[in-house]
Amino acid sequence: MSMELRTSPHQISDRSVERIMKHVVLSLLPVCGFSIWQYGLSALALLLTVTATCLATERLLNRAASQPSTLNDWSATITGVLLALTLPPAFPLWMAVVAGFVAIAIGKALFGGLGFNVFNPALIGRAFVQAAFPVAITTWVPAFSAQRFSEFVPTTLTAPLMMPPDIVEWIKLQAVDAFTGATPLARWKFENVVASSYDLLTGVVTASAGETSAILILLCGAYLAARKFMDWRIPVAVLASAALTAWMFQLYDPTHYPAPSFVLLSGGLMLGAVYMATDMATSPVTPLGVWIYGAVIGVVTVMIRYFGGLTEGVMYAILLGNALTPFIDLYTQPRVFGTRQQGKKK
Amino acid sequence: MRLPFFHRAATFEHGIHPDYHKETGSLPIKRLAFAPRLIVPLSQHIGKPAVCCVSVGEEVLRGQVIATADGFVSLPVHAPATGVVEAIGVMPAANGKMVDSITLRVYEADSQQVQVSAPRDIEAMDKKELLAAIQSTGISGLGGATFPAHVKLSVPPDVVIDTMVVNGAECEPFLTCDHRIMVERTKDLIRGIRIAMKVSGAPRTIIGVEDNKPDAIAAIRAALPADGTITVQALETKYPQGAEDTIIYALLGREIPAGQRPASIGVLVNNVMTLAYLGRLLPAGEGIVERVLTVAGPGVEKPGNYIVPIGTPLRFLLEQVGAKSSAQEIILGGPMMGMTISSLDVPVTKGTSGVLAFGKGELQEETPRVYACIKCGECLKVCPKFLNPSQLGLLAAKREYAEMAERYNLDRCFECGCCSYVCPSHIPLVQQFRIAKAVNREKASA
Repeated sequence: MSMELRTSPHQISDRSVERIMKHVVLSLLPVCGFSIWQYGLSALALLLTVTATCLATERLLNRAASQPSTLNDWSATITGVLLALTLPPAFPLWMAVVAGFVAIAIGKALFGGLGFNVFNPALIGRAFVQAAFPVAITTWVPAFSAQRFSEFVPTTLTAPLMMPPDIVEWIKLQAVDAFTGATPLARWKFENVVASSYDLLTGVVTASAGETSAILILLCGAYLAARKFMDWRIPVAVLASAALTAWMFQLYDPTHYPAPSFVLLSGGLMLGAVYMATDMATSPVTPLGVWIYGAVIGVVTVMIRYFGGLTEGVMYAILLGNALTPFIDLYTQPRVFGTRQQGKKK
Repeated sequence: MRLPFFHRAATFEHGIHPDYHKETGSLPIKRLAFAPRLIVPLSQHIGKPAVCCVSVGEEVLRGQVIATADGFVSLPVHAPATGVVEAIGVMPAANGKMVDSITLRVYEADSQQVQVSAPRDIEAMDKKELLAAIQSTGISGLGGATFPAHVKLSVPPDVVIDTMVVNGAECEPFLTCDHRIMVERTKDLIRGIRIAMKVSGAPRTIIGVEDNKPDAIAAIRAALPADGTITVQALETKYPQGAEDTIIYALLGREIPAGQRPASIGVLVNNVMTLAYLGRLLPAGEGIVERVLTVAGPGVEKPGNYIVPIGTPLRFLLEQVGAKSSAQEIILGGPMMGMTISSLDVPVTKGTSGVLAFGKGELQEETPRVYACIKCGECLKVCPKFLNPSQLGLLAAKREYAEMAERYNLDRCFECGCCSYVCPSHIPLVQQFRIAKAVNREKASA
């Protein structure tokens, strides 16, 4: 009889990389669904294209490196879905393919794959296309247009390597009330118009595919945190520090700076705090480290929004946080049991 | 008054909640038949091996000393059954080593009553006499540590013990023998505690029991002496609640300074089984010839708690409890810190707290896919020693063993297995740490 030999512990939990990642993907489905409901075919095509590109790139590079397939760890799927959700809904598909390829190839595979990447791959992909296609990535379309389930936005189907057509006329044809073509953040920055919290919460505003409904993102994140597939401390730290920073600015000059609620609910802060900053491989592991990391992201986001040339700062704030992660980990090592101050004697 | 909402069981920080599988906890202790042959190793404790004092062909009585203690940090060995010495020589032990052992052929017709005893009046004995008597019982730490009981209870004159902690946590999944001992041998336990308090000079004792054993807590509470020197405290059911560091912290809020023994903060920790046997054997003047252990797992038909003679081969033990042919993974001890064995021809020793049997893949997937560390940080959230297993694992992969010890406190790790338990990448962290420690030890001694 052959005996099974193994070293302890013999009993292990049912946690696994696949399981964690699969739940992240599942929790993103409602957000995807909402985005498709808002923007129709274009949003659906964008999601599918980016995700398929990420998976194909991952598989291709596996093969190039003679490694077994890593598609079944679901991490490339997460990258694809998250990346798609950060892009404008009518983003030209060929540009989306570029974003997906860069996210996986440069954001992840170049570093050695899952666990070795320094930066959030989805944000690397987005940062690349933001630099490469500055017009396309700030071209917004109205939500809930009448023909959204029957026809694509013209920009979506831009021929490869071509610049997208001008869609001002097309938007006029949609006859959606008071569409300005600008995100709430841009409207605040350039026109000093603050969107209502209700609109921001429910997502009836102009934004990237997945940046719209704060409530939905919070609910999905709460599910992940409750199942312990996500560290709740990071979004709490990001949102708290952003709110605190915004509140201090508002105290200083209430006429110029908006309320903390606007800062929290507008733009990609919710999606970034809940789904991007919490990427395990690129966030700190130490209990104190995650708070510092979250706080840095929150403050930097507000600073970029208020003082930078861009309307949105979440992406660069998180990438900066990613870059600081090894450093934060190094200086926040937990204090080992038995080296702490003796507790009160009972 | 304790408000139920605010009052929670005492506990430590971090740790895990594995599936406990404590089904055998409700089954009374039963006696198991004697095996035709018993293999009794001379070294079942930490310290110098005992010296054999019988010869081949000699008839021995159950309870008779067959090997004497060699110095202070050593224990005698008693014949676990009446029979004849068949062989003296090396035999395989559970850890895979060959060790000096006495093989007994058991007289099947014998009643197997303990034949050799010298009842004592323990009230009249002083500390020194008690210590000598404790050594003569041959009791080592029965929780699995196998440190000689009398050595542990010998408190140096410059050390003051203010509290004895009695460890009834039994936090390892599947094991319930301590639980049954607390329920069925409560008086032995209290008597053992009395003796240990007298010997060590501890003025008070706290018995810590995980709150998944309310019947044990109730049984002990009913048997507590009226003077209030002994108390029982419920502990949260959480692994590794029964480790020395964690149970002291849970009950007293004190941390053992890194690298020191509990005595440095005035605490002594003993396992319930050790004290229960002490309380039973010392007044009777007998040696330890058997112990209660848990046999469990899906691989056996009749799981339960059994009184098993020391030296019983595992093959015989498993036959008695109806081991299934599919049971190919046998664990001695608990599933978190126990070890698998490669052969069934090894004996039960004083430190064997459990024998668990599993079929292939019943406890965990046979070869879970190992991923790179995704830095989820879960291991840091469960490590009861507040180490950074994630970083230690990354360093181990690069074989930077010296750095692991110098910067990341590798030596504080006691291999409880919490980090490996939660690791979603299935990195064999504990095993990597064992290798690192072994390499560091070798370098230090070279």
